[in-house]
Amino acid sequence: MQIMIKTEHLSKEYGGKKVVDDLDLGVNHQETFGFLGPNGAGKTTTIRILTTLTRPTSGRVWINGFDGVEEAAKVKGEFGIVQQHLSLNRELSVRENLDLHARLHHLGKAERRDRIDELLDYVDLAAYSDHLIDRISGGMKRRVMIARALIHRPRLLILDEPTVGLDAQTRRRIWDIIRRMNSDGTTVFLTTHYIEEAEALCDRVGIIHQGRMISLGSPLELRKHLGLAVVERRRSGDDTEYRYFQDRGSATEYVQSLPSSTERIVMRESNLEDVFVELTGRRVSE
Amino acid sequence: MMVVDAYSILWADLMVLKRRMARYLVTTLISPLLYLVAFGWGLGRGISVEGASYFEFVVPGIIALTAMNSSFNGAGTRLNVDRLFFKSFDECLMAPVSPLSLLLGKAMIGVVRGLISSAAFMIVALLIAPAFSVDPLFLVSLLVTCLAFAFLGVLAALLAKSHEDMATFGSLILLPMTFLGGTFFSVSQLPDALKFALYALPLTHSSTCLRAAALDQPFPWESLLAIGSFWLVFFVGCNLVLKRASI
Repeated sequence: MQIMIKTEHLSKEYGGKKVVDDLDLGVNHQETFGFLGPNGAGKTTTIRILTTLTRPTSGRVWINGFDGVEEAAKVKGEFGIVQQHLSLNRELSVRENLDLHARLHHLGKAERRDRIDELLDYVDLAAYSDHLIDRISGGMKRRVMIARALIHRPRLLILDEPTVGLDAQTRRRIWDIIRRMNSDGTTVFLTTHYIEEAEALCDRVGIIHQGRMISLGSPLELRKHLGLAVVERRRSGDDTEYRYFQDRGSATEYVQSLPSSTERIVMRESNLEDVFVELTGRRVSE
Repeated sequence: MMVVDAYSILWADLMVLKRRMARYLVTTLISPLLYLVAFGWGLGRGISVEGASYFEFVVPGIIALTAMNSSFNGAGTRLNVDRLFFKSFDECLMAPVSPLSLLLGKAMIGVVRGLISSAAFMIVALLIAPAFSVDPLFLVSLLVTCLAFAFLGVLAALLAKSHEDMATFGSLILLPMTFLGGTFFSVSQLPDALKFALYALPLTHSSTCLRAAALDQPFPWESLLAIGSFWLVFFVGCNLVLKRASI
């Protein structure tokens, strides 16, 4: 299996505080990998290191075999990124934003024109090519950012919260685009606060907490490790107890063994959010 | 490739400028024309300095001032907005473009804006003061002035951590230079200690060069060299800051 992203003992310190701590990571070619963690866990710093914006304090990183520090120029041609914040030039049109990025990646004039047309079709924005960025909706801006990230045909697409702040319809549309890109052979590295997004899109997820990778595997593997069934006992006030079981039968036995009370009891399948909360001790969106 | 990449960076800013050219020309002329009316026609009527009427004396100074402000803001303010507001500068840093191309591209929009603003004011000045002459030395001085202040703008924008930092830089550095940089008075008439201090400002040298060229006085080559040296210092500063900030 070829490795697209590899880090070894990767660390980054700011003012003596380790933001990324001895991170070992491996993302396979053509995989969709979810990188989850609470705010301040080190996700953004890791992405900045992967994208050559930040130099690691120690450890090494390779993107498609190229060293992230020593061969930064080559690494820059390997990935495209959709940042969490809007990073388009709002005074330029949709086409001009794509054109600028194509120029920076050294595409020739004819190739630029063809590729921009192709991508505008890909993200359903052909009718808006001459609109200024400030005149299109948030979902369209996000699609422009995806098109821009793909302009130089990168082998790796890094998506930092690609659907944050978007409505459900737009989010589903972007999921479809991500799936299509992945099936076209692009490796996808995704961070998200929407756990259902990671479950819907990712082959594997890694959970980072306080700069360290604390869990890694497919969503099903992580759920199995925790228990596929969960019983919630909602007591008075805000206090809810969660108990995990390997299968529904064990959970049912446990529920039947409970004395009758006024507690509200819910039995359900576990999900990735349960895994996340159990591991990190708080919800993703905090 | 370096020049092509620099042009790619510049191209985006040129597109924005092209779209706003009419508005830009109007706004860029307001300040120098106000200076011209207030100092040239208002205060300076009937005064002569260094063998020329005060009006003829002050026009090259205002051109230097216009070049300084337009180049600094054209490069610095735009980069500051790209970095901190649009956050689109990171996209350039992540592209396979050398830091040198990035700096050149970002500075060149300042030079272009500086030259356009100065040219617009010069056209007005030539209509009012026909004695004013534009020769190759004048153009070289103007170009070097724009280069120096465009790179100073880039340096300030790279160092700024907020939009307020840019405004503070303007208040602490550019504003004093506006009035002390030989724009409205002759530095040569000042006491030596003060003269020494004012020649530490790049605008003083720009005003001196442009005035000498415009009024057919002996050309101060040492001042042209000084502006070039300021440009070199700002350019090296930009490189160091950018290198520190990225891989």
